Amino acid sequence: MISSFAQELTRTLLLQDHNTRVVMLATTLLGLAAGAVGSFTLLRRRALMGDALSHAMLPGIGLAFLLAPALGFDGKSLIVLLGGAGVSGAIGTLVILLIRHQTRLQEDAALGIVLSVFFGAGLAILGMVQQASGGHAAGLESFILGKTASITTADAVWIAVSGLVVTIVLAVTYKELKLICFDQGYAAARGYPTLGLDVTLMCMVVLITVVGLQAVGLILMIALLVIPAAAARFWVSGVGQMTLLASLLGAVSCMSGSLISALVPNLPSGATIVLVGAALFFVSFVFGSNRGVWVRTAHRWATQRRTDRHHVLRGIYEILESRSPAIRNGNLTELDLRARELQVTTEELLNVRSWSLQRVLRELRRSRRNGLLEQTADEITLTEHGWAEAQRITREHRLWELYLISHADVAPGRVDRDAERIEHVLEPEMIYQLERLLRQSPGGLKVPGSPHRLATAPLASAPAGRADQRDSHEGAER
Amino acid sequence: MSDLPLSIDDLTVAYQRKPVIWDVELDVAPGSLVAIVGPNGAGKSTLLKACMDLITPASGRVRFFGKRYRDVRHRVAYVPQRESVDWDFPINTVDVVAMGLYRQIGWCRRVRKPHLQAAREALERVGIADLEKRQISQLSGGQQQRTFLARALVQRADLYLMDEPFAAVDAATEKAIVNILSGLKAEGKTAVVIHHDLHTVREYFDQVVLINMRVVAAGAVEEVFTEENLQKTYGGRLTLLDQATEAMRRREKTS
Repeated sequence: MISSFAQELTRTLLLQDHNTRVVMLATTLLGLAAGAVGSFTLLRRRALMGDALSHAMLPGIGLAFLLAPALGFDGKSLIVLLGGAGVSGAIGTLVILLIRHQTRLQEDAALGIVLSVFFGAGLAILGMVQQASGGHAAGLESFILGKTASITTADAVWIAVSGLVVTIVLAVTYKELKLICFDQGYAAARGYPTLGLDVTLMCMVVLITVVGLQAVGLILMIALLVIPAAAARFWVSGVGQMTLLASLLGAVSCMSGSLISALVPNLPSGATIVLVGAALFFVSFVFGSNRGVWVRTAHRWATQRRTDRHHVLRGIYEILESRSPAIRNGNLTELDLRARELQVTTEELLNVRSWSLQRVLRELRRSRRNGLLEQTADEITLTEHGWAEAQRITREHRLWELYLISHADVAPGRVDRDAERIEHVLEPEMIYQLERLLRQSPGGLKVPGSPHRLATAPLASAPAGRADQRDSHEGAER
Repeated sequence: MSDLPLSIDDLTVAYQRKPVIWDVELDVAPGSLVAIVGPNGAGKSTLLKACMDLITPASGRVRFFGKRYRDVRHRVAYVPQRESVDWDFPINTVDVVAMGLYRQIGWCRRVRKPHLQAAREALERVGIADLEKRQISQLSGGQQQRTFLARALVQRADLYLMDEPFAAVDAATEKAIVNILSGLKAEGKTAVVIHHDLHTVREYFDQVVLINMRVVAAGAVEEVFTEENLQKTYGGRLTLLDQATEAMRRREKTS
C-alpha cells in the first residue's frame, strides 16, 4: 500500500505519465496568462468583473449543449461548449454596462445582479439538460468546479495559443493599458480610445476564463485573476514587475495545485489551485519586501528604537547641561570631567519627559549594549562615544528647532514637539542644509542653546533660556 | 483671429438633460494667463472637459488654434485634478511624467532613454528632479501636483489647461507653479487655469473668466475682477425663474 503510493508519487512528480505532463503544462500556462491579465484588471479596478463574467458563462454552456445537435455539431465538443460560454459571458458583461449606464445603480450592484442571475439561470438550464438527456450530459458540471484530469492534449494547445495571444496583446498595449489604469481622464484627453482599451482588456479576460473553465471551474476562476496579482503587489512597485511576478505566482500555484490534486484522489483541482494561491498570498502579505506586514512592522520598530535612543541621549545631555555652565557655554576645554558631575540617575532621566520607567530602562539596556553608556546600580555615565552621540543628537535637534522658529513661523512653545517628529529621520544632507541656512559652522561641535525652556533647567535660569532663544534667533538671521 | 489658442462658441453642456453650463462664449488670446473662477458646481471642470471632447456638449463649437481638438492635441496639454487618480498606483515619478510623451512615442513602442531624459528635465523645471525614482504613493500633495505639471510640460504644448493646480498645495509648490506659469507666458504660451483662491487672482493672472453655469464676465483682470462681478458670480445662483427664461430664450433662438 505504502510502496504503491510512493510509486504513484514518483510517477507524478517526475511527470512520467503523459497525461500528467499535459495537465501540468496546460495549467501552468494558464496560471502565467491569468496572472498577467489579472494584474491589469486589478489595477483597473475591474477585478470583480472577471467573477461576474465567469459566472455568466454557465447558461452559455448549457444552451450550447442543447442547441448544438440541432445545428449539426457534437454537443460535447469542447469548442462548442466554450464558444457558448464565451458568448454568454460577453452578454453578461454587456448587461452590466447597460445597468450601470441606464440606471443610477453602482457597479457593485450591477455585478451582483448579473453574477447571480446568470449563474442561477445556468444551473436551471443544466438541470433541465441533465433530465432531458439522461446520462449523456454528465461531465458538464466539471465546468463549475474544474477538473484538470479531463484536459486533453488538444485542450492544452488551446490554452497555449490563448496564453500566447494574451501575452502578445499585453505586450503591444502595455504602455496604453498602464496609462488608462492610472489616469483614465488624461488618457481620454490625449486621444486614447479608453473604451476600446477596456474592451480589449475584457476580451482577454473572457479568453483566459474560457480556457480556464476546465482547469479551475467558473466559480473559482476569479481567484486565478485576482490572487496572484494582489500577492505580487506586496513585493514589487512597478506595473511591469507586478505583471511578471503575478504570472510567476499564477504559474506556481497552478502547477503545484494540479500536482497535489493529481496525487490525492477526490481533491478538486480548482480548489487546490486556489488554496496554493492563497498560501502564496499569505506569505506575500506577511513577508512581501515592498509592503508586507513584516517589513512595515520592522521598519516601525527600528524608528521607534532610534527615537528612544535619541530621547535618552538627549535627556542625559540636557541634564548635564543644566548642571554645568561649561557645557552650557560650549566651552568644552573647561569641561569639568569629575565623574560625580557626569553621572545621571534613572529618576532624573525619567523626569525629563513623560515616558514610562519600563521604556527608559529598556532603552538604557540597549544603549549599554551598544557601548553608548555605562550603568552602575542607579548611576548612568556616558562613554566617550555616547557623549559624542548625545552632543550630535542634541545639536541636530536644536538646529531643527531653530529652523522651525526662524523659518517656519512656529511658536517657540510648540517647537519641541514638532522638532521631535521629524528630527529622528533627518539625513546628513538635510543637516548640512540646516546648518547652511542657519549659518552654523558645518560639522562643528557647538551645540546651540535650547530655544525654549527645558524641563531640566533650574527655575533661576528660565529668563536666561528666553534670552538664549532671542540670541540664537538672531544668530540664525545673521 | 481664427487661430486663437482657444475659442469657445455658444457651448452648452448637460448631464442627463440637466444643464451644467450654458452658452459659454470665450476667446483666449495667445500669451495670456487666464483664471477660470467660480463657485463649486459652477461647471469649471466641465467646461475644460467639454473643450477636450471628454464630455459631449449639447451644442456649441470649440476651436483650438482654429482647428478641432482632435487635430491639434499635441499643442494642448492637460493637467487634471490631483484627486482624480489613485496615488497608490505602482509607478514612480519619472514614469508618470513620461506619460506626457506616450502620444509622441506612439503605439507599440517602448519608452526609451531620450524620453526619460526629457521627463527628467521636466521634473527639474518643477523643482523635484531628486524625486524621479520615488514611488508616487510617497509624494506629498504638492509634489504630486508638480508631477502632474511636469507631465504636461514635457509635452511642450502651446496651450495648457489646468484643473485646480493650486488646490491644497504648500506655499513652496504654489510659488513654483506661479514661476512656471510666468515662464510659459514669457515663451508666448497660453494657460487656462481653474482657480479657487480669489485673493491671488490679481497677482497670478492677467485675464479672468467669472463663471457660474454661464460666463458672468470675462476679460482683463483689472477691468473684470470687480466686487460687483464677484457678487454676481458667487451671490445668487441662477434662480429657477432665470433658468426657465434662459430655456425660453434658447428655444426661440434655435427655432
